[in-house]
Amino acid sequence: MMTTATGPVEGYVKVAPTVTREGDTATIDGHGVYYRQLNEAVRGAFADGAKTVKLGNINGQRYIGNGITGKDLRIEIQGVPGGDMAMFMNGPTIVTDGSAQDGVANTMNAGTIYINGDAGDVLGYGMRGGRVFVRGDVGYRVGIHMKAFENLIPIICCGGNARAFFGEYMAGGVLVLLGRNVQFADQPLVGPFCGSGMHGGVIYLRGEVNPQDVGKECGIFTADEQDIKVLRPIVEEWCAAFGDDFEDVLSQPFTKLVPVSHRPYGKLYAPM
Amino acid sequence: MLTSFIQPEFKVEIDRDKCIKCGRCVQQCGWGVYSFAERPIPDDSKCRACHRCVTYCPAHCITIKRNELVFRDSENWSPALRKAVWRQSESGGVMLTSMGNDKPYQRIFDYLVLDACQVTNPSIDPLREPMELKTFIGRKPDSVEVESDGEGGYRLAPGAGMENNIELATPIMFGGMSYGSVSLNVHKSLAMAASRLGITMNTGEGGLHADLYPYTDNVIVQCASGRFGVDADYLNRGVAIEIKVGQGAKPGIGGHLPGEKINKEVSTTRMIPQGTDAISPAPHHDIYSIEDLRQLIYSLKEASGYKPVGVKIACVHNVAAIASGVVRAGADYVYLDGFKGGTGAAPQIIRDHVGIPIEIAIAVVDQRLRDEGIRNQASIIAAGSIRSSADMAKAIALGADAVAIGSAALIALGCHVCQSCHTGCCSWGITTQKPELTRRLDPEWGAERLTNLVHAWSHELQEILGALGVNAVESLRGSRERLRAIGLDASTCEILGVKPAGM
Repeated sequence: MMTTATGPVEGYVKVAPTVTREGDTATIDGHGVYYRQLNEAVRGAFADGAKTVKLGNINGQRYIGNGITGKDLRIEIQGVPGGDMAMFMNGPTIVTDGSAQDGVANTMNAGTIYINGDAGDVLGYGMRGGRVFVRGDVGYRVGIHMKAFENLIPIICCGGNARAFFGEYMAGGVLVLLGRNVQFADQPLVGPFCGSGMHGGVIYLRGEVNPQDVGKECGIFTADEQDIKVLRPIVEEWCAAFGDDFEDVLSQPFTKLVPVSHRPYGKLYAPM
Repeated sequence: MLTSFIQPEFKVEIDRDKCIKCGRCVQQCGWGVYSFAERPIPDDSKCRACHRCVTYCPAHCITIKRNELVFRDSENWSPALRKAVWRQSESGGVMLTSMGNDKPYQRIFDYLVLDACQVTNPSIDPLREPMELKTFIGRKPDSVEVESDGEGGYRLAPGAGMENNIELATPIMFGGMSYGSVSLNVHKSLAMAASRLGITMNTGEGGLHADLYPYTDNVIVQCASGRFGVDADYLNRGVAIEIKVGQGAKPGIGGHLPGEKINKEVSTTRMIPQGTDAISPAPHHDIYSIEDLRQLIYSLKEASGYKPVGVKIACVHNVAAIASGVVRAGADYVYLDGFKGGTGAAPQIIRDHVGIPIEIAIAVVDQRLRDEGIRNQASIIAAGSIRSSADMAKAIALGADAVAIGSAALIALGCHVCQSCHTGCCSWGITTQKPELTRRLDPEWGAERLTNLVHAWSHELQEILGALGVNAVESLRGSRERLRAIGLDASTCEILGVKPAGM
């Protein structure tokens, strides 16, 4: 184990990883590298003109892709990225070969993320734009306070089940839950308090939902043809990314949740 | 049936002999008190006693008086409480108010006095001798390494010195007030003044309008639970980033900017659609623990090239333990907002009954961080009704590194503390988005008034320091020996770490 002036940090070393460059692809071995040096290397590779950065042996390093701007940039991750991946990200594409931890796409502005596994809690918190596709399950508080602005419309499509508070405070964007690749068959499609405090955007759930699990601010409808027009490109992209049968996914009716008011607290206060 | 039992709070009196019937009052009032039928006719029930009409009446013929209706005496059922019950039984709503707590709680600053030198330890005249007010906000190293500069002197060794700090020319910052709650001209006034003064203004959680970009070396950008206007560009523009966890006026309560205040400019700056409510959840949903807070602090640092990241918390019962956790999470400063801090809108019941005084919070947080040996890791900013340079000096003596002012800055811009910010009709053009009202505040004029205020307080602080016989504000920081209490009970004195006068 190498040490630095401030000492080793729980198995990680605070030294710059080796970057191998081939054409416009940079490859970085993340084995045992502290997140700060790893992310410096990623930013450095893009600054040197790389268009794709391949990260190997990623094991919980946080903040990968954090704040990076650039539409044509791509990060491919082998391993499990740590918290707040792609937070504030603005444009790039990130692909993981496995699951991701909490806080993916937190306050993200633009870009596309494909997670070939499950994802943790608070996925897409405050997300303003871009798209996130998850092959399997997601954790608690996913899509909380997602918002849309002008041409920015955030989209999250999760392939498995979701836990409680899915789409809480949602203010804009599209949140889709497919219930296909589920890890625990005894779990309901979506946990309690789905869409509570929702005041914008739309949630599509493949199948039915227990009305008791839905926030009182939501109207519950069956998705109609107009909705399928919205869903089609999203589900198509999810199926293309994770190899599922598009027609089969769309064969089951979707439940649609939309807010009953854009001003949920308009009558909360006494005139003073 | 009657729609309301509530009688007007104020009486608008016009001296008809003096009135020249110019109609200025009609035009100036943001709440539509006046109608005009050959002469101005006031509707008392709409008056907020903000004095806009009084100030602008060319004939000086308007007076606002309290409507002295006599109620049968009851110390228990004050007229205000009776009115509150009527108001709520009429509407079923939560009572909304603004500015800071106006209840008669003990104001501890007013029971603390400062020391001065006599005879043996001479005082210093700041008019003729240097008096350093420069303050650095941020983490200080546990130790420093120095190396020879090759010329017989020493310098800091590379990588062994200071972390990124915010440099303030005087220990005053403007507190966070969002564009949306205040007008763009207020933001411009604050930014221009901060830039001239070498201090900072704070965006609040409403994003950073492009008109403020020239001043961003003096702007702290806030990241609150609603994440309004927060993106990588925003984080990189500020001189530091502040995570807003709580606000003294409404601890534990989220923000809620009503759709009426979300016009096109506000919507662009906040990056949300026009006319929808901007709801800031009470908690950050990515912070449920100190470890989560650490994750967010370092995420903001990663996104901003390792700028200082501060955390603003409301002063509540366990503030010392909370602040310790915040510092251990990696915050470069802890912003303590006391229970008299201002707000653009808060439920009255929360504003007036939740939280603890800033004086207590400074003392217990400073002591706790010292006891734990981590006081150097973060600066303490004190806010929540710093009303004068005396409050500032006392806050610093209790342990603060600097103070932040919000209400005082707005008062400098014309605010008359009518506590009606939440209506969005501010006649002084401060807490409104109506163009006919916001244009009343000229940013150049506002910046000059703010600059004057901060200069005046800074001079007064220098006088206080000179009297104390010290030549730098550093020497007053945490020096509670230079404070004495008059009329505070023994347990409060003990908590403050201040002796009673005479000891």
